[in-house]
Amino acid sequence: MTTTTHREAPEQAPDRDLAQLGLAAVAVLVGAYTVYDATTLTVGFADPVGPRIFPYVIGAGLVLLGVLLAVAALRGDRPQAEEGEDVDLTAPADWLTVARLVGVIGVTILTVDLLGWAISGALLFIGSTWTLGSRTLVRDVIVGIVLAVASWYAFYSGLGIPLSPGVLDGVL
Amino acid sequence: MDSFGLLLGGLEAAATPENLMYAAIGVLLGTFVGVLPGIGPAMAVALLLPVTFGLEPTSAFIMFAGIYYGGMYGGSTTSILLNTPGESASVMTAIEGNQMAKKGRAAQALATAAIGSFVAGTIGTLLVVFFTPPLAEVAVKIGAPSYFAIMLLALVMTTSVLGSSRLRGFLSLFLGLTIGLVGLDLNTGQPRLSLGTTQLADRIDIVVVAVGIFALGEALWVAAHLRRQPVRVTPVGRPWMGRSDWSRSWKPWLRGTAFGFPFGAIPAGGAEIPTFLSYVTERRLARDPEEFGHGAIEGVAGPEAANNASAAGMFVPMLALGVPVTATASVMLAALTGYGITPGPQLLSDESDLVWTLLASLLIGNTLLLVLNLPLAPLWAKLLRIPRPQLYAGILFFACLGAYATNQDPFDVFLLLLFGLLGLAMRRFGLPVLPLILGVILGPLMETKLREALTISDGDLSGLFDEPLAVAVYVLIALILVAPLVLRRIRPHPDTPAAEVARARAEQDDERVER
Repeated sequence: MTTTTHREAPEQAPDRDLAQLGLAAVAVLVGAYTVYDATTLTVGFADPVGPRIFPYVIGAGLVLLGVLLAVAALRGDRPQAEEGEDVDLTAPADWLTVARLVGVIGVTILTVDLLGWAISGALLFIGSTWTLGSRTLVRDVIVGIVLAVASWYAFYSGLGIPLSPGVLDGVL
Repeated sequence: MDSFGLLLGGLEAAATPENLMYAAIGVLLGTFVGVLPGIGPAMAVALLLPVTFGLEPTSAFIMFAGIYYGGMYGGSTTSILLNTPGESASVMTAIEGNQMAKKGRAAQALATAAIGSFVAGTIGTLLVVFFTPPLAEVAVKIGAPSYFAIMLLALVMTTSVLGSSRLRGFLSLFLGLTIGLVGLDLNTGQPRLSLGTTQLADRIDIVVVAVGIFALGEALWVAAHLRRQPVRVTPVGRPWMGRSDWSRSWKPWLRGTAFGFPFGAIPAGGAEIPTFLSYVTERRLARDPEEFGHGAIEGVAGPEAANNASAAGMFVPMLALGVPVTATASVMLAALTGYGITPGPQLLSDESDLVWTLLASLLIGNTLLLVLNLPLAPLWAKLLRIPRPQLYAGILFFACLGAYATNQDPFDVFLLLLFGLLGLAMRRFGLPVLPLILGVILGPLMETKLREALTISDGDLSGLFDEPLAVAVYVLIALILVAPLVLRRIRPHPDTPAAEVARARAEQDDERVER
């Protein structure tokens, strides 16, 4: 679903939006796997429905809808992309920024247990602001550190939820 | 009027200094998050769920009430001052309110929105108190077959009535139902779709799904299409209204409330249709219809009241039946479940104290909103100037924090990222978000009821139809599915409110391009 390549302004849009085929393929695959997964379940006693029926219906429905979407896309049915307050649909999409943000979150996932939330969270904020085009690095670093450390303390002492302290164990 | 006695009891419980503090924090947090561009009430509640993890249920729900109404109020501020409705229900406010702001009447627009919201919210909440107990009383007697049918009706209505493409609506619904399947089977305890991981066998936390789809999806979508020009915010002073503003506002408030509440209580009613109906009605009744489109105060007062009344109406099916009909309701219902409270018709009898305290705190939250936010409006308006990189980085930060805090497991942040990408794809491909969220919540409940119903009839499908109510609901579902096809035959271009809203929106966009 991330294989979307182009997104022109509505005036010069091509007849068909074939990126939808990617979404249709995901729907068919997920649906088919859901049906397969259901076949591995065993039906218990005293339960005439069993754990299989729901996945069968949902999986089959997903496959069918995926196929229908593929047909609709090939016949020229176009989606209506969502508008928003800060969204400018007339400019081409900037998938590079999205990929970088995904990378920044990926770093957080990998490091949060090791470095702890106070450090990983700060890196997350700083990395995201930079990726999104902010060039006030010093301010962003300060804000990021304050946010991350403050949220760690708020959850630890305010709500009694110990977020991972990581390498700062004993320091915080 | 036993209900009112119980409500007074609830007020007593909610009015402790500690609970008042939670209500105030909720209102302020909700408004803060709601004013931020790009965040609607559902996302506000989802993002702020983790803040309530450590609290006991009563306090948490008092805070939710504040967050919810605060988030709604914040949305109108954005519409009026920025001309950017965050959700379709605010479109009418944006059209008329922003024109008022441009004429230097932003203060009056904000005031009529705030006071109208207060009036509608208060009346709406009292109506909830009035309608919920009798409905719950009937609902307790509803058997599994009818209950299954009602949930199916909720899903079909939200999926096929909203949005421009029914195919995409149903695709979204089935994706949600699939997510709802993940985890241990409720009867036999076998893991489904868990891919061999223990974290998935444990069911996916609805907080992670909601925050991923709403917050992260939105942030990624905005990142792909960030409007690079600086925003223009209309300056605003302290909101106040003159004598003529009052006399022009009070009737639209009441009429808007009358439109909003019933629509809020039915699935797929939402706030979009009543706000539109209210706007059209006010235009028709106005002494000077020409003023509409150029900043008529009635056009802000009516739709804002309708919006808040429908927000209150949502609590009727949620508390009486355990069936959420909006995205916000499903997030709140998920939060209930997180406290080990089973939603459903028994809620009112089992957790009577909690429900009455919640209803009472809706009234308190509504009042606090008015008292706190009218003076604070200039401060909220400043929030609109937050630079966008820091704003969306902040949303990413809090989304990850919330997901991580649910179990202190990085795997949840990974899931959040997956749902964020799904949310991004849904926005790109025009899939509506609400059917997915409702599918995640209602899917497992429906499966339970279906299996219950068929166990009683020993697997015979007739067990699904042996209650008259269930049969009636199935007829209704069939009508909803077939009606649009028939209507399309008769009238080639149905003049639905949704189409009308889209047209108004398009005109507005044209105007923006011209500027």
